[in-house]
Amino acid sequence: MKRHLAVLVGAAALAVAGAAWAQAPISGGLLKFAVSAEPPNYDCHANTSFAFIHPVRPHYNTLLKFDPPKYPAIKGDLAESWNVSKDGLTYTFKLRKGVKFHDGSPFSSEDIKATYDRLRNPTGGVRSVRQASYADIASIETPDSLTVVFKLKKQNASMLTNFASPWDCVYSAAKLKQDPRFPERNVMGTGPFTFVEHVAGSHWTGRKFEGYFEKGKPYLNGYVAIFISGAPMVNALAAGEVVAEFRGHSPADRDRLLKALGDKAQVQETPWVCSLVVTFNTRKKPFDDARVRRALSLAVDRWAGAQALSKVALVRHVGGILRPGYDLAASEKELVQLPGWSKDINASRAEARKLLQAAGVPNLAFTFTNRNIAMPYVPVGVFLIDQWRQIGVSVKHEQLETRLYLAAQQRDNPTYDAALDFNCDFMDEPNLQLQKYLSHDRSPINYAQQTDRVLDDLYDRQSGELDKKKRYALLREFEKRALEQAYTVPTIWWHRIIVHHKPMKGWHIMPSHYVGQDLADVWLDQ
Amino acid sequence: MLRFIFHRFLLMIPTLLGVAILVFFMLRLMPGDPVATMLLGDAGGANIPKAVIEAERVRLGLDQPLYVQFFKWFWGMLQGDFGFSMWTGRSVAYEIGIRLELSLQVAVMATILAVLLALPLGTLSAIFKDSWIDQTIRVFSIAGLAVPSFWLGMIVILLLLTYFSWIPPLTFTSLIDDPWANLSQLIWPALAVGYRYSAVSTRMMRSSILEVLQEDYIRTARAKGVIGRLVVARHAMRNALLPVVTVIGLEFAFLIGGLVVTEQVFNLNGIGRLFVQAVARSDFTMIQALVLLVSVFFVLVNFVMDMMYAFLDPRIRYR
Repeated sequence: MKRHLAVLVGAAALAVAGAAWAQAPISGGLLKFAVSAEPPNYDCHANTSFAFIHPVRPHYNTLLKFDPPKYPAIKGDLAESWNVSKDGLTYTFKLRKGVKFHDGSPFSSEDIKATYDRLRNPTGGVRSVRQASYADIASIETPDSLTVVFKLKKQNASMLTNFASPWDCVYSAAKLKQDPRFPERNVMGTGPFTFVEHVAGSHWTGRKFEGYFEKGKPYLNGYVAIFISGAPMVNALAAGEVVAEFRGHSPADRDRLLKALGDKAQVQETPWVCSLVVTFNTRKKPFDDARVRRALSLAVDRWAGAQALSKVALVRHVGGILRPGYDLAASEKELVQLPGWSKDINASRAEARKLLQAAGVPNLAFTFTNRNIAMPYVPVGVFLIDQWRQIGVSVKHEQLETRLYLAAQQRDNPTYDAALDFNCDFMDEPNLQLQKYLSHDRSPINYAQQTDRVLDDLYDRQSGELDKKKRYALLREFEKRALEQAYTVPTIWWHRIIVHHKPMKGWHIMPSHYVGQDLADVWLDQ
Repeated sequence: MLRFIFHRFLLMIPTLLGVAILVFFMLRLMPGDPVATMLLGDAGGANIPKAVIEAERVRLGLDQPLYVQFFKWFWGMLQGDFGFSMWTGRSVAYEIGIRLELSLQVAVMATILAVLLALPLGTLSAIFKDSWIDQTIRVFSIAGLAVPSFWLGMIVILLLLTYFSWIPPLTFTSLIDDPWANLSQLIWPALAVGYRYSAVSTRMMRSSILEVLQEDYIRTARAKGVIGRLVVARHAMRNALLPVVTVIGLEFAFLIGGLVVTEQVFNLNGIGRLFVQAVARSDFTMIQALVLLVSVFFVLVNFVMDMMYAFLDPRIRYR
């Protein structure tokens, strides 16, 4: 009943949000929002967390960006228009005129070139964690100050959406020339807000950039991102000390906030490009045996689990290697054919027991390494252990603090048995989500550490395939192989819930908490 | 007296040196690589190439032998340079400085509250032993001991939220810049912490007064006809204060870095929270500086307590 009520409230709220989108925005006001962690430095190219994106992104622009109400459609940010050659190897961008950096210096194609050179080929102690995304770029040319041309070595189906990555903040070429590490300690972009201050451990402040290239925007006079987490953050939302938190709430927090705020609250919900995956240490016996891994995947009733867990945790959707609902993801009909996704759980578990018997480990016992973060790691971990117990497997739940949890999986010769890993991206894109399944020598974030050249080959073929239907077919082949081998298996996909105060308008939920955060369109109806 | 002060002051140096050596080498035994932790961020993220991690280790000097790292750090510290946070890259002195004012203020406010409550309540409780006054004060103080201050803090926040739809401000404003904003944020944690603190001190004051009231010199004073109030004020309280001063001093030093959960409940950007974050992030330079800071507070408070003992009890300074 509670869930139905929440869905109704959510649907109504989304309808209101749609109406608000069309309402004439009002300028002025200071947006206060919560961020539940804090960025370690200020360099977009070196960061990976929402804790960075939420306070820092409003200071910058990117070449392209996602169009929030039309996700996954993209639109120009610093690019006014663009053109992709028929062979898919040349991308030409026409840039906006009259764009200025916060220090008043003019923006040009040289800044784009310097930014992407820094991303794909970092030098001078610069850290770029997105080097791989741009490995296919052969050259970047700037025929004039408002045109930039990217030439690729080979076709790449995800290249255009890569240019909309929220992490690829455009920096000033002049500043980078002076010091390639300038962005680590300084904030200076072309974005809608200028940097005011960062009080470590407390808050981050931005002020409206009067010279912003989009006339009339941003609507807000400024924003304050307050670093606060857990119950105090929910209290702050309930009291109106902050009007939003943009990562996501648990169902319990949503219900509490709705009760406290009543009709002052607005709820936006969507499936999330985040999933928890079980990773088996393929370098350790018996997890080097595909039968054992597949048996453990077969034992999990994802359909019933999604229903039960969605009441207490921020997971809800059953999917394969891609987010359910995404147009390149497997349909439910295709999904139920895969080992571990059948709706006949008794038959799956009978098969799982046989596989364990055949592998010589009918009474398997192992340690399951998990992160000691309540939402959603712990409930999903408890659920999985219960599922494995039902085929006679005994599991010890090891819940580690983040640093130790990551270290356990990332060391060269990991000693863990199986772990609950996470896969979160800024957009639906196989080239990103499939990284967890590629051979370890090609993808260091695959902690299962297997080598499977069949999967690598299928990955390369789908990555270069520009025909959507053919790419879809290749992805189904990849998915079948990945889930039969079961080095890494998805559990349940996340569900993003945002509760914010109604006067905050112009913000639209998307399936990723990394995008749609430049705040250029956000305004306060008060 | 001067010789006594000088002697006590000199003793602080080997204590702090020992702490510096211990904390530096014990931290290096902790599992987890500070560079990998920093590059991955709090939430964990994409894998970082090994070459980048190695370059960062070199930049931070973590590739050098431990004794070299120690002497560099120690030499810098002697010159007032605590180095840079391995997590934020900002100066450790800056990171601590922006939080110390808040932590000190909460500690001072809680101490004032505790002293104002504990001295009269503890004394009254002892004078009216086993009466309804004593029973009431005992209930009040035992409740203070039993209730964790963070729990009390949560209750305070929920009450404010439920009845006034208000919570204390989330960001710190200096007392000098805006006293009202400052007090409306810090009075609540000071009350929550001060209550427990006063409970400990009240209990100590009560038992100390009761003990002193049994002494011969009290009996002598009474026999001489000194009125009860004066006996307590002039003879009993001064002697009873010695153990209470010890409790108050130690609690004060503890409050500088020990309010981890209370700071979380009230979203206070204080030293306690910084401490926990530094440990979680393996931020060695920050942990070293914080341990030293808290040690300095403990040592200084001990020093002040020694002075107060000498002031309250002349026998101590003549020994």
